[in-house]
Amino acid sequence: MSSEVPRSRHFRRFLAIWLGLSIVGVLLVVFAFEGDLPPGTDADDAAGQQVDNTVLTAIGTPIVLFVLVLLAYSLINFRQRGEQLEDGPRVHGNRTAEIAFVTCEVAIVAVLFAYGTWRLLEPGASGGGQGPTPLSPASVAQGESRLPVQVIGQQWHFTYRYPTYDGLETPHLVLPIGRPVEFHVTSLDVVHSFWAYQLGVKADANPGVDNVAYATPNDLGEFDVRCVELCGIWHGYMFDTGRVVSEGEFTAWIGEQQRFFAPVKRYLPPYSKTYNPAPTGRAG
Amino acid sequence: MIRRPLGFNLLTGLVLAVVGFALGHWLGGQIDGPSLAYTSDTGESDVETALAYLLGVVGFLVGLGFANYPVARMLGRPPSLPRPPTQGIGRYFAFTPEHKVVATQYFVGIGFFFAVAGLNAMLIRLELLHSSNDFFAPDHYLTIVGLHGSMMMGLMTSAVLGPFGNYFVPLLIGARRSAFPRLESLSFWLLMAADVALLSTIALGGFQTGWTGYAPLSEQGVVGVIPYAFFFGLVGLAMTLLGLNLTATVVTMRAPGMSWNRIPIFVWGIATTAVMMVLAAPVLVVGVALLIVDRTAQTSFYLTTAGGSAYLFENLFWFFGHPEVYLLMLPGAGILLQLLPVFTRKPLWGYRIAVSGMVGIALVSFTVWQHHLFVSGLAADLRPFYMLSTELISIPTGLIILAALGTLWQARMRFEVPMLFCLAWIFNFLIGGITGLYQSDVPSNVTTHGSFFVLAHFHYTIMGGLIFAFFAAIYYWVPKMFGYMLDERLGRVHFWLMFLAFNSTFFPLFIAGFLGMPRRVVTYPERFEIYNTWSSISAFVLGFSMLVFLVNLVYSVVISRTPAPANPWHATSLEWQTTSPPPPHNFDEIPEIGHPHDYGVDEPDVIRRPRPASAEGS
Repeated sequence: MSSEVPRSRHFRRFLAIWLGLSIVGVLLVVFAFEGDLPPGTDADDAAGQQVDNTVLTAIGTPIVLFVLVLLAYSLINFRQRGEQLEDGPRVHGNRTAEIAFVTCEVAIVAVLFAYGTWRLLEPGASGGGQGPTPLSPASVAQGESRLPVQVIGQQWHFTYRYPTYDGLETPHLVLPIGRPVEFHVTSLDVVHSFWAYQLGVKADANPGVDNVAYATPNDLGEFDVRCVELCGIWHGYMFDTGRVVSEGEFTAWIGEQQRFFAPVKRYLPPYSKTYNPAPTGRAG
Repeated sequence: MIRRPLGFNLLTGLVLAVVGFALGHWLGGQIDGPSLAYTSDTGESDVETALAYLLGVVGFLVGLGFANYPVARMLGRPPSLPRPPTQGIGRYFAFTPEHKVVATQYFVGIGFFFAVAGLNAMLIRLELLHSSNDFFAPDHYLTIVGLHGSMMMGLMTSAVLGPFGNYFVPLLIGARRSAFPRLESLSFWLLMAADVALLSTIALGGFQTGWTGYAPLSEQGVVGVIPYAFFFGLVGLAMTLLGLNLTATVVTMRAPGMSWNRIPIFVWGIATTAVMMVLAAPVLVVGVALLIVDRTAQTSFYLTTAGGSAYLFENLFWFFGHPEVYLLMLPGAGILLQLLPVFTRKPLWGYRIAVSGMVGIALVSFTVWQHHLFVSGLAADLRPFYMLSTELISIPTGLIILAALGTLWQARMRFEVPMLFCLAWIFNFLIGGITGLYQSDVPSNVTTHGSFFVLAHFHYTIMGGLIFAFFAAIYYWVPKMFGYMLDERLGRVHFWLMFLAFNSTFFPLFIAGFLGMPRRVVTYPERFEIYNTWSSISAFVLGFSMLVFLVNLVYSVVISRTPAPANPWHATSLEWQTTSPPPPHNFDEIPEIGHPHDYGVDEPDVIRRPRPASAEGS
């Protein structure tokens, strides 16, 4: 029966259980799961997001455990057992506990805010769309330049333009390894959103807006591209696969694409940050 | 009073609705012409449709009798409330300015459309059962998704305020009626008109925009977008009026002695929500009104090609939309904190911090809306601000959780069915809240934005939070509203099925989202299949648990009819100091007001019999 245990001992017991579980939990998050959290490490942004997801999970673990342990402890210890209706103590609050709780909350929020802002101001800003005038461009090594790639969303596929390669437009996204990419995301019709999962890039494609996002791929292979903003009936099928290749392969691929699309090149509008097509009436 | 040749009720409302719809359709056909080229190539007319819905709704309200009072006043007749029929089933099918009748109308109306929207969820999960499924064509699938989302969002705003706010706020503050009885009734019938309008979109080709209805997608969609826009316009109006009435009731109608620090915490939850509704919902009305004039009067608020901006709609929508999700959370928190003291036999722990938590959420919730647009490219430099405001809101939210946990500490818990739902609220909302952390942090948000992770997160907060509280309130207050106890054994079966199935449905979706599954897709890669199949099967069990509840409700209220004791939960709040169900005027004598949530004994661990209901409250 709970009445046999003094109140303060209940609280100390709870604190001990919580602290023990929290230490184990945080250590597990930081050392055991860290490398497994999404979205992986195929690009610098993805790796950065993985670090953030790990940090947040590590901060969240003691909070979740605080509530769960307190809940479970109360459920086990503070229940009525007899048929007779029994009243609890008339306690209206505890000023010390309230102040301690709010202080912890403020401290956690301050840490989260400072950490998040610092991560946001880092070069590349972890792959999110930064609008037409990016606050945190990706850093480049001396003598190197970023590769600009325009992503054009339209119902219901993405096309890609390479302005530094004579405005080449192609339905395939191929990137060279190790070079910072500057995505310029825009749309010809409705709002789409460009999500290159393994690169850690997500940026809305708005008509009339040039939305810039950065990524540096550091792993060869394929990555998923998906539209993540509802854009009409075939939204569910608006996906394709990009490739990260070596510098040499990339140059060869560009040449091949330029030859392949040469016949249609003269029908393309000149490269521009945004496009303003005539309204095409309604689709689905 | 003049004698009316025919009564004003639901029947006349429906007749005039049809007449108004036909008239508007005809009128629109006269106006519409080749100059409105936007619509001419499809044989559909937005003008016809919009006018038909507008006049249909007006006809419906006139038919219900809402024009009688203003018209009579304009003709110089003395003011008088329409005399409500106080007996008989007829009062539930008419414009009745009595808060308990309106609340019962809300209870049944919301229950009906909740079932419709829930069935849509079942269809969604059916389509997503396997990656290769093809039950629905993509346009039908998106219409189902939009119907489920819109209807749930529209209903949930009123799910607690409509039935329980309208019913129990006057009772809990010792009032005999609400402040604006006509507006109260109007808000209900507007909500019903909205839901019928939304369902009628099926006949017009549906809408493929989801509940968010982002422009310019909504500008180019088929004519079924018009009823969607009307739905949110009417829901916004209904929310504004509902909030206005409840705010005014709490401010002006409190019994003598019911000072602000003696108001039951449930009333605080309702009052803060009501104020937020009045401030947020009109923005939604404006947002969809601009969409309607874009489509009919050839304006271009949202058309980039003609000088408008797609961001405008996103801003208007989320300026409403983010307070909206907190006004789904606060009534649930109010129910939780109202019920916990009853079943723990302790006073509410930290009444003041709980109230500051609610007020804090209400204030901060108006500053967070652009966290929905972190990757949109809009005002990207302001993202640290929205990150901070979003994280700040966890402080008042934490205070509410602290008050709940403090009440459980050293308690004498009784695990009756409403208590089970309250405890589940804490668990579900914990998961819903902590996953919000990943979305407030911008780099992490880049992973989760627009994915199934977000979907799982807000189902944990809305369904796991609000709906669980909603059911706690049903089990707790149905004995008061109808005078019959709900069957406890069926209630426990319902609870455990719902709790386990709910977690089993939505937890795997966090993983699917984290691994890269976007929302609102009709198909998905095979590697997400395990999570989706698991989730779908659990969702069907969740649907079945609702059936158990329905059987319980019908069985207990219609068939077995076990009369409720005067105070079945031994509560000390005012609503239990009158009969079940209460008389139309609530209290024969306005009761004396004591401290809220007065439970417990000064000497701990002394066993005491409950005081009789009549002797309490001083």
